[in-house]
Amino acid sequence: MLGPILFFVFAVAAIAGALGMLIARNPVTSALWLILTMFSVAGLYLTMNASFISVVQVLVYAGAIMVLFIFVIMLLNLAELPKPEKMDWRRGIAFVLGVGVLAQLAYVVSAALDVLPSPAALEAAGQNGSAANLAKELFTRYAMPLEVIGVLLLVATVGAVMIAKRRFV
Amino acid sequence: MEVTLNWYLTLAAVLFVIGVMGVLLRRNVIVILMSVELMLNAVNLTLVAFSQSMADPAGQILVFFVMSVAAAEAAVGLAIVIAIFRSRLTIDVTDINLFRY
Repeated sequence: MLGPILFFVFAVAAIAGALGMLIARNPVTSALWLILTMFSVAGLYLTMNASFISVVQVLVYAGAIMVLFIFVIMLLNLAELPKPEKMDWRRGIAFVLGVGVLAQLAYVVSAALDVLPSPAALEAAGQNGSAANLAKELFTRYAMPLEVIGVLLLVATVGAVMIAKRRFV
Repeated sequence: MEVTLNWYLTLAAVLFVIGVMGVLLRRNVIVILMSVELMLNAVNLTLVAFSQSMADPAGQILVFFVMSVAAAEAAVGLAIVIAIFRSRLTIDVTDINLFRY
């Protein structure tokens, strides 16, 4: 009976964090709310027995990416809070578009209710998400994409330094 | 009551749409980048849910790669934000119209 309770706690925390990020006026507050979402998603991975991905989520997202965001906010030194964003027709259109995307996704999920595989497998997949199992796949079958992603990270690092260093724009 | 795959998919859909709303509604470039990260997170949640429900580790390998690309995207995007802020002294997307004319 613990499963649904854990799921709802993490799901409510994740949605609350996302909404907080959307609503908060100060970018630093937004970043802190998003960190709550990241941790909740890590907890949701744990409820699915995906332990390795859960740890990587905390390390990479909550640890590295959000620190980068907060660092940049600090670097830009935005002294005053941004002006209250006035309502105009663009925001109405944006809201309608967002609701439309949600309707589409809800339709897809609900239309596939009986096509999806049996949910009991969620618990049965215990060993599937372990670090040993994933590493075996990652370094044998997916060794080439792993190398490519390494090159991508190197290029992104060099590019970020180059762009941020001199007068680029 | 059992936690089913659909719950995870629905939660991921809601998180994704909140990210879409952030991109469409907010004007601060940094918050827009954070919303993109949130959308990537929602997709990751979907991938892990499918991976665990089908007992296939390939989905989690893909999540690993998505996280790497997200890190690269955040680094380059924030570098661009810094470069634009240096020359324009703003990070409001309505004031950044480099390609307009």
